[in-house]
Amino acid sequence: MIKHLLSAGDLDRTDAIRILDTAEELLGVASRPIKKLPTLRGRTVVNLFFEDSTRTRISFEAAAKRLSADVINFSAKGSSVSKGESLKDTALTLQAMGADAVIVRHQHSGAPHRLAHAKWTKGAVINAGDGTHEHPTQALLDAFTMRRHLGDLEGKNITIVGDVLHSRVARSNVLLLDTLGANVTIVAPPTLLPVGVEKWPVETSYDLDTSLEKADAVMMLRVQQERMKASFFPSAREYSRRYGLDTARVNRLPDHAIVMHPGPMNRGMEITADVADHVRSVIVEQVTNGVAVRMAVLYLLLGGAADDTSFDPIESTEEGTE
Amino acid sequence: MVASDDASRADATHPQDPGHPARTVLDDQDISRALTRITHEILERNRDSSGIVLLGIPTRGVHLARRIAKRMSEVEGREITAGALDITMFRDDLRLKPARALEHTEIPDDIDDKVVVLVDDVLFSGRTIRAALDALNEIGRPRAVQLAVLIDRGHRELPIRADFVGKNLPTSLSESVKVALVETDDHDAVAIQGGVA
Repeated sequence: MIKHLLSAGDLDRTDAIRILDTAEELLGVASRPIKKLPTLRGRTVVNLFFEDSTRTRISFEAAAKRLSADVINFSAKGSSVSKGESLKDTALTLQAMGADAVIVRHQHSGAPHRLAHAKWTKGAVINAGDGTHEHPTQALLDAFTMRRHLGDLEGKNITIVGDVLHSRVARSNVLLLDTLGANVTIVAPPTLLPVGVEKWPVETSYDLDTSLEKADAVMMLRVQQERMKASFFPSAREYSRRYGLDTARVNRLPDHAIVMHPGPMNRGMEITADVADHVRSVIVEQVTNGVAVRMAVLYLLLGGAADDTSFDPIESTEEGTE
Repeated sequence: MVASDDASRADATHPQDPGHPARTVLDDQDISRALTRITHEILERNRDSSGIVLLGIPTRGVHLARRIAKRMSEVEGREITAGALDITMFRDDLRLKPARALEHTEIPDDIDDKVVVLVDDVLFSGRTIRAALDALNEIGRPRAVQLAVLIDRGHRELPIRADFVGKNLPTSLSESVKVALVETDDHDAVAIQGGVA
């Protein structure tokens, strides 16, 4: 098993299946009267969130607590980061307090990678979303949700629609779904497709309606207006007409198909309120599954023998100053 | 990789190795008779099967629990199913080895106020059973917990004993007890390996 979870691409098929199978067993814990396992007792997990988040932070917190770990929540607002403290100094502080795992969300792509490989922290680093790069646990919980509804994902058709350019969810999903053998179609306006998308293991399309009939799952992405520094489409109304999922489009999906959204939703923009609350929508279930998947990740990264050889404080100080 | 390959090869060639002969102590008939006796002992001790929940400890304990459940169904004339209780998350040696995959937990019935009979293949240090007792604690509050094992090989490290034993097998610590069951292996047998022959 890998030491850190930085990218969905780091997982080979065996690791990915192992996480999903473990999550399947852990999902049962949520239905027990005592929702707790003693496995990570005495371990400290830090939620290091430089960017706002509701479900991911709460989900990680619930997952760590159900495994009996101690959880420290850190958010950049109200901390010394607003006084100008660097990522390195924050990480060294957390290390000095004895963090066994650092779950990091950062507005800059690659921050978790830096944290893991500069050896500022001894613990496992889990990427909970970095800039417009990756969000591997979201991809895992999406794959988990799809697997529960569709069975083995080998050969299944998954359509991902919307703001792919700014979406770390889309990047991680494409990598993981490719590993699991699914066929991914990305649908977005040309302005919201990233440079180099032709090298991704996906088909791309500018037209939502053509891919609906064969889709086993449709994943709608949030239009990330906070990251948009230019006009990517003429108007919200036009976007919603061409790329929004409404009831008419849902009715054209196969009977077994599911509708997904990583949240938070812009109801009326990429998804209508009717579709969000539709019987085919598994959006709330995704959140429930998120806790089980994150428990599996924490268990597999922290539950076993601690590997202390990778951390050398002197060496790490030198590396950090490079 | 190399080490584990070697280990599995060593396991496979053990029976032919004259230095470490494997002695078969129970064959398929012996195992069958022992399970039948345990089934009757469980029913006798608890008067009837209505309040009994059989839980096997993965992996071989589950197969044994299913076999006991099958015999119990025949004796009692009604369908009795056995469950499985994974104890991985409750082990006390988790941090000594890399994280291992979880086994399936399946509780067939509400265990509150029932008599839970834990089933395992070999009773050795008692640590597995301690973990199982902790795992049970999270699921409910049984009226009583009893333990059935195919082999009791001694060397307890905790104050735990079995209620129903297929065979007491005095062993030395340098020996290992191998239980093979048709469900996971290709035959039914209990063998002792290693030690001073």
